[in-house]
Amino acid sequence: MVNSANAVEVRDLVVRRGGRTVLPGVSCRVARGSVTGLLGPSGCGKSTLLRAVVGVQVVASGQVEVLGLPAGAKALRSRVGYVTQAPSVYGDLTVREDLRYFAAVLGAPARDVDRVLREVGLQDHATSVVARLSGGERARVSLATALLGTPELLVLDEPTVGLDPVLRRDLWSLFAELAGRGVTLIVSSHVMDEAERCERLLLMREGRFLADASPSELRERTGEHDVEAAFLALVDREEAFA
Amino acid sequence: MSTRPALATTARVLAQLRRDPRTLALLLLVPCVLLSLLAWIYDGQPQLFDRVGASLLGIFPFVSMFLVTSVATLRERTSGTLERLLTMPLSKLDLILGYALAFGLVAVVQAVLATALALGPLGLDVLGPWWALLIVAVLDALLGVALGLLVSAFAASEFQAVQFLPAVVLPQVLLCGLLAPRESMAAALEALSDVLPLTYAVDAMQRVTASGDVTGGLVRDLAVVAACVVAALGLGAATLRRRTS
Repeated sequence: MVNSANAVEVRDLVVRRGGRTVLPGVSCRVARGSVTGLLGPSGCGKSTLLRAVVGVQVVASGQVEVLGLPAGAKALRSRVGYVTQAPSVYGDLTVREDLRYFAAVLGAPARDVDRVLREVGLQDHATSVVARLSGGERARVSLATALLGTPELLVLDEPTVGLDPVLRRDLWSLFAELAGRGVTLIVSSHVMDEAERCERLLLMREGRFLADASPSELRERTGEHDVEAAFLALVDREEAFA
Repeated sequence: MSTRPALATTARVLAQLRRDPRTLALLLLVPCVLLSLLAWIYDGQPQLFDRVGASLLGIFPFVSMFLVTSVATLRERTSGTLERLLTMPLSKLDLILGYALAFGLVAVVQAVLATALALGPLGLDVLGPWWALLIVAVLDALLGVALGLLVSAFAASEFQAVQFLPAVVLPQVLLCGLLAPRESMAAALEALSDVLPLTYAVDAMQRVTASGDVTGGLVRDLAVVAACVVAALGLGAATLRRRTS
């Protein structure tokens, strides 16, 4: 099981939050060494699914397996990197102090701090206090934290929101490079045009998957050219059947 | 647990405090200012200051450390860092101990300052040795740290967190024997005061004031306070939840 081809396997996952069923029983698989885009409008259950994958979400039923182990297992804690939707770093520390702390918690070597600063393009901000950075820069500090050590799975909840297009392009090439090294990435976004960067797409709406396909398969299946149009076509089709 | 993540957490919390000099100054100076105020109020009645001053030397640091630590894990939760940390190789006890150590260091400095001020310039007279007074003051401040961290896990908002001061601390101040001797209280109140940790903290202070020897009663009081510190930290770690809804 430990060497299974899937980095993540979700079976019949049901999550209820505050009396509302957010995920009514979803299943999906994420292959190792791939970049999977989890796309869907805000509030469709993306974050809840990602929280279940990293093991911080109370689930009502179903199974979530990560790297062959139950999600949240102790052995996974140094193998899975997680970026929450809101930047989760200490605003009153400098960028370097923040990263140094998380590196120490992970047991990652101190030189990792410089590597991840380069990877997210923040080497010139190492001594800046995080709270005085822009929103996009703070998001990159948060992302840098997840790159510390040698994570085998990266769960990134909207890591590119609010970033300038050049930076977004750079980050997507970093994601591709990481996948090339065998890292599995799940990247959520509500911006449909990021879909082209992913090998695999999970389109989500109201807690259910509309599609689980590659961008080209999606185009073929719907006859549309961009993912936003394909998303709409799938919604229309589903409503016509309903 | 291992020591590395806990010590890293201590260093991080201290770095955060260093960036917030106003909080640090308030923590270290407010108990001193309050003790000075008390000495002034009892100017001309030194025997009254000797009786009440030692007890309040135990209570002021307890209250200020309680208040600052009661928002500590709440801050971690609202900043999202708690959720991230709980997906990392850090045990819940590592986190709580890291905080306890950082604020424990502040508590020691605070207790040293307050004790030195009370025994020196303010002229507090106690029969017991100065170091006994210091040990009790440090332990009382640590009790504030531990209880603050414990209630912090239960607070969902800043409004709730600050209300734990009147809810958790003031009843202990009322019942600890400072305002009225515990023996004179109704049996139910005395029994209640028997199970509140601050009772033993203040009782220890009164023993140092009243006796030149380190008595068995003092050692017992200190053991009870120390046990409460350990229990509160353990409970504080146990009540953190990795999975939330």
